[in-house]
Amino acid sequence: MHDEPILKIQRLEKVFGRGCSHCQHEDTRQLEKNFCPYCGTVYACRNISFELFPGEILGIVGESGSGKSTLMQCLYFDETATGGEMFINHEDFKGKNIFALSNQQKRNVRNHILGMVYQNPTKGLKMNFSSIGNIAEKLIAAGNRHVGEMERVGMELLDKVHIPLFRMKEEPKRFSGGMQQRVQIAKALSNYPPILFLDEVTTGLDLSVQASVLDLIKTIQREMGISMIVVSHDLAVIRMLADRTMVMLNGEVIEAGLTDQVLEDPQDAYTQQLVYSLL
Amino acid sequence: MTRLHQFAFFDEGSKKEIRRTILKAISIPGYQVPFSSREMPIARGWGTGGLQVTLAIIGQEDVLKVIDQGSDESVNAVNIKKLVEKTTGVTITEKTAEATIIQSRHRIPEQTLTEGQVLVLQVPAPEPLRSVEKSERQTKILHAEEEYSGAWLQLFEQIMKYGQTNTGADHPVYVAGRYVMAPSPIPRFDNHKMNHSEALILLGAGREKKIYAVPPYTDVRSLAFEDYPFTVESFATEACHLCGATDTYLDEIIDADKDKVYYQCNDSHHCLERVNGVIEGKGDISYA
Repeated sequence: MHDEPILKIQRLEKVFGRGCSHCQHEDTRQLEKNFCPYCGTVYACRNISFELFPGEILGIVGESGSGKSTLMQCLYFDETATGGEMFINHEDFKGKNIFALSNQQKRNVRNHILGMVYQNPTKGLKMNFSSIGNIAEKLIAAGNRHVGEMERVGMELLDKVHIPLFRMKEEPKRFSGGMQQRVQIAKALSNYPPILFLDEVTTGLDLSVQASVLDLIKTIQREMGISMIVVSHDLAVIRMLADRTMVMLNGEVIEAGLTDQVLEDPQDAYTQQLVYSLL
Repeated sequence: MTRLHQFAFFDEGSKKEIRRTILKAISIPGYQVPFSSREMPIARGWGTGGLQVTLAIIGQEDVLKVIDQGSDESVNAVNIKKLVEKTTGVTITEKTAEATIIQSRHRIPEQTLTEGQVLVLQVPAPEPLRSVEKSERQTKILHAEEEYSGAWLQLFEQIMKYGQTNTGADHPVYVAGRYVMAPSPIPRFDNHKMNHSEALILLGAGREKKIYAVPPYTDVRSLAFEDYPFTVESFATEACHLCGATDTYLDEIIDADKDKVYYQCNDSHHCLERVNGVIEGKGDISYA
């Protein structure tokens, strides 16, 4: 294993609302699940710290509303984290707290270092633009101005995710759900990001398509050595993909460790319940 | 003599606000400055943005030319001219070189504009990113962060679909290396006239309530990919059937009765001056 983590998150917080005298202090706050019963402020992510190593897949599990997706959105800057620090081991940003950078610089990080696959393809794709155009969008954002080259990269990736090339100029709105998801993966991979975020990518896909998408993710990780964070509420997905796993509940990480360890010998009461409720 | 209205239609307060907006627009080339677009005696979408700019900057010594699609005599141009003439009494001209203010829709005159002249363009859709991003709030953020993938993506899509960029008009431009701007629906043929233009260019969008500007001698570059350079409309070997010009923007006119297609200069005044021998240009004058 490598020593230097490629991504390091320290004490990430995401709060929706202003907070009140009852909930502003971390030690004395009395929350009902993840919100304050007095003022309704939602503490979506609380004191989350973790590290991601090169080539590793980190799984995040938890029930809906536990803060998994909010965490991902903060990491991809779709949402602004309320507090905490983010470090990326990259020559341009060494030792800099990424959350403290300007929006323009964050966009730069996002365009060059990160990739994201959303649960809902409508969020990650422009449904009225061609599939090849969608991939080019990410390349254009990363500064590419050469049509021929972008077309070549796009075709290579579409082929990799098994989209027939004769349909590359079609809009994703005319594709099936599984195909849309694969176009999204191709788009996220287009500038070869060292870090990729996958938010519930297989949810809502039928089993055979799920299997092929998972297979694809695993292949990409092996071939390209990309580090990934995979969010899912499906333990089978986590078991298959993730090297290490974090369990989230009510905005907090309640358990973390090697995936096998967490799933075979859960320590926390909630994790035990989660693992044993598996049919 | 008592006038029935203020000079140039507007009250002084309105003029001041529009002038202040114009100053800000000139200070930040290509940036769309919001202003409180007023109700005008013509409907929005018929050049109220340009008209408001013209009325705010015009003085008694100014000489005004108004064109619509290259013509001095189309309805829109004539109505605007009449309104300004009635409310200011300034001299109206058709001669491009004589005018101090030229208000135009869809064209930049063929004759090169010079220092001291002001070109006012009427703009229907000032936001170059609108077709990829519906929300004004979002496009403002995109401009602020200089995130123009959307504008490039549209051109990329055109190349994918048609093998070339096919923007009929309003091909987006990069102004002073910072803001991407809609040059108003001028043909691509006219885009280069904005680059290092000696004349000040003001663009007014009445319905969208925006004013923006290209100050004289500003870098204006049309967006183009490395392997697909920017090209202008080509008329191949055609020439104007009136003045014989081969270096101007031509209109294709179809005579259904005679089943004939012929070409004619879009800039009517320029064409006339060539026929009269006042100005010279490429191509022979034929009286066919």
